[in-house]
Amino acid sequence: MIWNALTIAVREIGRNLTRAFLTVLGIFIGVAAIITMVTLGQGATLAVKAQISNLGNNLLTLRPGAGFGFRSAASGVPNFTEKDAEIVGEQIAGIAAIAPVRTASLSTIYLNNARSTSVTGTTPVYFQINKWNLAEGRFFTDADLRAGAAVCVIGNTVRKELFGGDNPIGAKIRIGKASCEVIGLLVAKGQAGMGDQDDTIIMPLSALQRRLIGKTSSHDISQISISAQDGVDSSALITEITSLMRQRRNLQKNQDNNFNIFDTRQIAETLGSTTQLMTMLLAAVAGVSLLVGGIGIMNIMLVSVTERTREIGIRLAIGATASEVLLQFLVEAVTLSCVGGLVGIFLAFGLCAGLAQIIQVPFNFNLQINIVAFLFSAAVGVLFGYTPARRAARLNPIDALRHE
Amino acid sequence: MNAPEPTPLIELHGLTKTYGLGDAAFQALKGIDLTIQRGEFVAIMGPSGSGKSTLMNVLGCLDTPTAGSYHYQGIAVEALDTNERSLLRRYALGFVFQGFNLLARTSSLDNAELPLLYRGVSRKDRHEKAMAALTSVGLPTKLRSTPAELSGGQQQRVAIARAIVTEPSTLFADEPTGNLDSVTTRDIMELLTRLNQDRGITVLVVTHDDDVAASARRTVLIKDGLVESDLVRS
Repeated sequence: MIWNALTIAVREIGRNLTRAFLTVLGIFIGVAAIITMVTLGQGATLAVKAQISNLGNNLLTLRPGAGFGFRSAASGVPNFTEKDAEIVGEQIAGIAAIAPVRTASLSTIYLNNARSTSVTGTTPVYFQINKWNLAEGRFFTDADLRAGAAVCVIGNTVRKELFGGDNPIGAKIRIGKASCEVIGLLVAKGQAGMGDQDDTIIMPLSALQRRLIGKTSSHDISQISISAQDGVDSSALITEITSLMRQRRNLQKNQDNNFNIFDTRQIAETLGSTTQLMTMLLAAVAGVSLLVGGIGIMNIMLVSVTERTREIGIRLAIGATASEVLLQFLVEAVTLSCVGGLVGIFLAFGLCAGLAQIIQVPFNFNLQINIVAFLFSAAVGVLFGYTPARRAARLNPIDALRHE
Repeated sequence: MNAPEPTPLIELHGLTKTYGLGDAAFQALKGIDLTIQRGEFVAIMGPSGSGKSTLMNVLGCLDTPTAGSYHYQGIAVEALDTNERSLLRRYALGFVFQGFNLLARTSSLDNAELPLLYRGVSRKDRHEKAMAALTSVGLPTKLRSTPAELSGGQQQRVAIARAIVTEPSTLFADEPTGNLDSVTTRDIMELLTRLNQDRGITVLVVTHDDDVAASARRTVLIKDGLVESDLVRS
């Protein structure tokens, strides 16, 4: 009986290829859409999380100026000094490491290659605070710092642009008006929300101040990087640092802060919840496409109900039992739904792999969503294929035959 | 001869069929008594709305009677469930409809062998029997044609082939020539007559066409849900 139903069902599918194709289409679009969206959404979330962890945990950055961005360089706002960094490090509890940072945009030259790069002068602890790792060579040391040695560690973008395929370690590059030896190469971090992190040169603060910047403001620093100890509440830390800095910068009670503190954890939390929202949004969109796919299937099935009801009438009239007819319809619906679901899974796999490359997110095959999407659309297909048939098969044959 | 009276093929007593409920109820059959013997060729006639098609559908187990008794070869049909009625149709009855009722987009051969599929006949036997049936209705060359590619007369021949492929004991034909021209009508009626005479298949034809009824030896006239007359030509 099963074999019979299978034979008839396959024949019937073959005779109505358009109907079969449209049913399969509805299912595979739904399946492909939901798998692709959820997979890419999760890839994007992973990518954002990876970037956030690259930024460094519990990292606070003090900058002069009232807010982020261009205003931070507003004229008339005093810079910090190395003394500020020292005092904050001494007086505030809960700080794991603190590094004064001076940045300058300077021209760099190696052989015939020249470009402008952000040069950072700081102390060795900066690498640890900002989670920089070495790909080759070494970091500069406290000894280098004390000596004001003309050494630097470069980011991967700088290596690519200046050295191409050459080994940069030990080479001398010209930064501004001084020559500087490359002693280390950093492991690439990739793009972050704030631009190319690897387009950077890091050198001892003393070297930057003495060799590259004029005497006038040589002890000024442009920011202070602080990493908090594990388990320390960063908002309490921010309050303490703020009150200390207000005091050191002689701000009266009615004056606004002329510096700001940038907390990566807050940024991480914001970005994290944003991506979570995005994933939910994508899942909602995918759900809608699955629904649309389901409605498509339902449409095809309902449009063919008249024809199929007559078909059921004919089959009943020539001696098929209701259960034989239902088995045939069930086999048809299951076959089409499974074909559609499998095609959808393959299509989604291709789409995910391709799109993940293009939008640069990791591609992780998510078995769970594949199974869920497949089962759901198969259920929709079977439900809408089988239910009208069940109704028709319960009719007297003559009523099924006369169905208009 | 004193041979015992054989069990009639069809025996009806007080058969009624009511559509609808309450005030809207309509009694299409008001108590039909009818006996048909094996091998007869019966025309069931009557004006539109007389109940002749309803009678036919009930006799063919396509519809269920409201009350009364219906015995087919001694089997009480009104006591059968849906499945058993399906099996009775599968093994004993054949149908020809006014609207042909062939499966669309399906070749003549596939249409003709369909009933055998439900009988579990092997592929090879199905093919041979369907070929034989199509040959006997005069359509041995249109095996691959779908209904859309056939004329009305040809479609009805395929439908007759489908009805006789299982060698049924009774063939029910409801206005089999209602959609056909007069020449084709004559061909189809000759075909039905031959099936009755050569193979001994009992044929019941519902019609309102006197020429069609002329093929039958016995004419039952139905009027307002009752048997008005029952004439056997000598």
